[in-house]
Amino acid sequence: MNATAREKVIEVRGLRNQFGTQVVHENLDLDVYRGEIVGVVGGSGSGKSVLLRSIIGLLRPAAGEVTLLGEDMMRISDARRSAIEARCGVLFQNGALFSSLSVADNVMVPMREHYRLPLPLMQRLAALKIALAGLPANAGAKFPAQLSGGMVKRAALARALALDPDILFLDEPTAGLDPIGAAAFDQLILTLRDSLGLTVFLITHDLDTLYTICDRVAVLAQKRVLVADTIARVEACDDPWVREYFQGPRGRAAWAAAARERQAIAADAAPTKS
Amino acid sequence: MTRAGTATIGHDASGDVIVASGDWTLAYAPALAGLVATLRGQARPGLRIDARGLGRVDTAGAGLLLDLAGVDAIDGLDPRRRALFDAVARAQAAPPVPAKPEGGLVALLARTGAAVEHIGDNVRRLVGFIGLILATLARTVPQPRRWRVTSLAFHLEQTGLDAVPIVVLMNFLVGAVIAFLGATVLKDFGAAIFTVDLIGYSFLREFGVLLTAILIAGRSGSAFTAQIGSMKSREEIDAIRTLGLDPVEVLVLPRLLALLIALPLLTFLAMAAGIVGGGAVCALNLDISPTMFVTRLQDLAATRHFWVGMSKAPLFAFLIAAIGCLEGFKVSGSAESVGEHTTSSVVQAIFVAILVDAFAAIFFMEINI
Repeated sequence: MNATAREKVIEVRGLRNQFGTQVVHENLDLDVYRGEIVGVVGGSGSGKSVLLRSIIGLLRPAAGEVTLLGEDMMRISDARRSAIEARCGVLFQNGALFSSLSVADNVMVPMREHYRLPLPLMQRLAALKIALAGLPANAGAKFPAQLSGGMVKRAALARALALDPDILFLDEPTAGLDPIGAAAFDQLILTLRDSLGLTVFLITHDLDTLYTICDRVAVLAQKRVLVADTIARVEACDDPWVREYFQGPRGRAAWAAAARERQAIAADAAPTKS
Repeated sequence: MTRAGTATIGHDASGDVIVASGDWTLAYAPALAGLVATLRGQARPGLRIDARGLGRVDTAGAGLLLDLAGVDAIDGLDPRRRALFDAVARAQAAPPVPAKPEGGLVALLARTGAAVEHIGDNVRRLVGFIGLILATLARTVPQPRRWRVTSLAFHLEQTGLDAVPIVVLMNFLVGAVIAFLGATVLKDFGAAIFTVDLIGYSFLREFGVLLTAILIAGRSGSAFTAQIGSMKSREEIDAIRTLGLDPVEVLVLPRLLALLIALPLLTFLAMAAGIVGGGAVCALNLDISPTMFVTRLQDLAATRHFWVGMSKAPLFAFLIAAIGCLEGFKVSGSAESVGEHTTSSVVQAIFVAILVDAFAAIFFMEINI
């Protein structure tokens, strides 16, 4: 894949966000290409969630352009916007499940709104998404208040996947999951991306996620995207914050773990090739 | 470019082959589901699927194709697509949850039983909670160090002072309405002057305190539930406990005491406003001058009725605060639960206030006060 031929599904140009006198983003540029998993990192308060909200149109930026799936989101009609939004799945930080609906009903909400499907088919699809998100089958009948934090994330992922979106936005997907669950979640995202051609935009603090599944990492600092490239090149960046982030004890541990895994995969693959 | 998904069944040397083509996506899912059901009826075991002609496939389409045959029986999947089918097949392997039986006479009986049990449980918990409040009160009162004066003053302002305009206005209007009603009926008997008795009697004994209690149940009882309930759902109550504090002492007592002080004061204002409202109608419409109105009122042995009405105010205040706080503590988890319990708190508080008022009326009548 060369960079010029790839289709840009998200294109942000000159984005500026501010609340009162506090400027969060200034002249921010970011491209996301079809089929890749982009991890966005940045310190607390660097505006990662604000960036996500301005891309999906929940927040109108003070200036700049956002192009989503080829549509200029600043000048789009409401009907077109709704069609684009149906092609985006969003997993919010705290799940944002509708508390008055069961998990299965939560997953069926977008299906009901955008398609005319018979109820048994919807129930079946909801059960499929719930299982895909790694929840046990009996979770569908439960209400969000009855779920643990990790299960809420998975239920919210099931809802985000309801319409098989083109782009999946994930806000700290693995926060609150146990390490086994988080690793399984990473693999699930990878599988879905590979099979559905999903594009994944994910905000994370989980270094393991960055090392194992992200194709590119965008570092948000100094009110803009400081660097957006493969993790090896981002690591080599000489910004002090970036160095601290990736070369700190946690960064090194995650790097080592990812390297071990790659070796193991290579070792597994070697005999079958020869 | 989208093309509706389709599939045809054919035969070759090894058995049935289903050739799937087009887009197997959610948009075509209803038609595809019907098609799959038909093909399942026709195909013999051991069939294979030829997926070489497939366009776009999403999880819905993959799930439907997998109804026909397992992943191993599908030919022509590239590695990426095989990964999707594997993932979907794994997800579908989970045993389906049996549907809940619902409806019918049994369900009706069960719901009725549950509702009755719920009422009994409510009463039991309320009585228990009142006991808890009294015990905490008895423990706290002798220790002035543990009085929460700031909190008390805050709630006194919220439940008392801020409620004055609405309480006064409402009672003034109801007083005027009662005066009109009384005048209409009594005029025919030439007994228009007894309108004064009607207003005095009803506001001092019943309406002043009851209207105020109903208003405060809706205004402050609901606020107590919502405040405590949202604290409960954000685990703040648990935090209070782990800090070695008693939630009843910290949250309930200031609210309860504030209402115990505020409701009698508001009742006094309510009685005055009702009588003024009635008096205004008498003066403007019935030719009963304010002087005559006051003289007539004094003949009524008004003090006795005033104390009958006033004696109920602290009782109502206690019940409204206890129900409001208890419902707040019953909140669990979601934001929806806060709303449910707030509604329940208002309904219960108003119901209990009217019930107690009815018993009090019988009681005072029996002892001839």
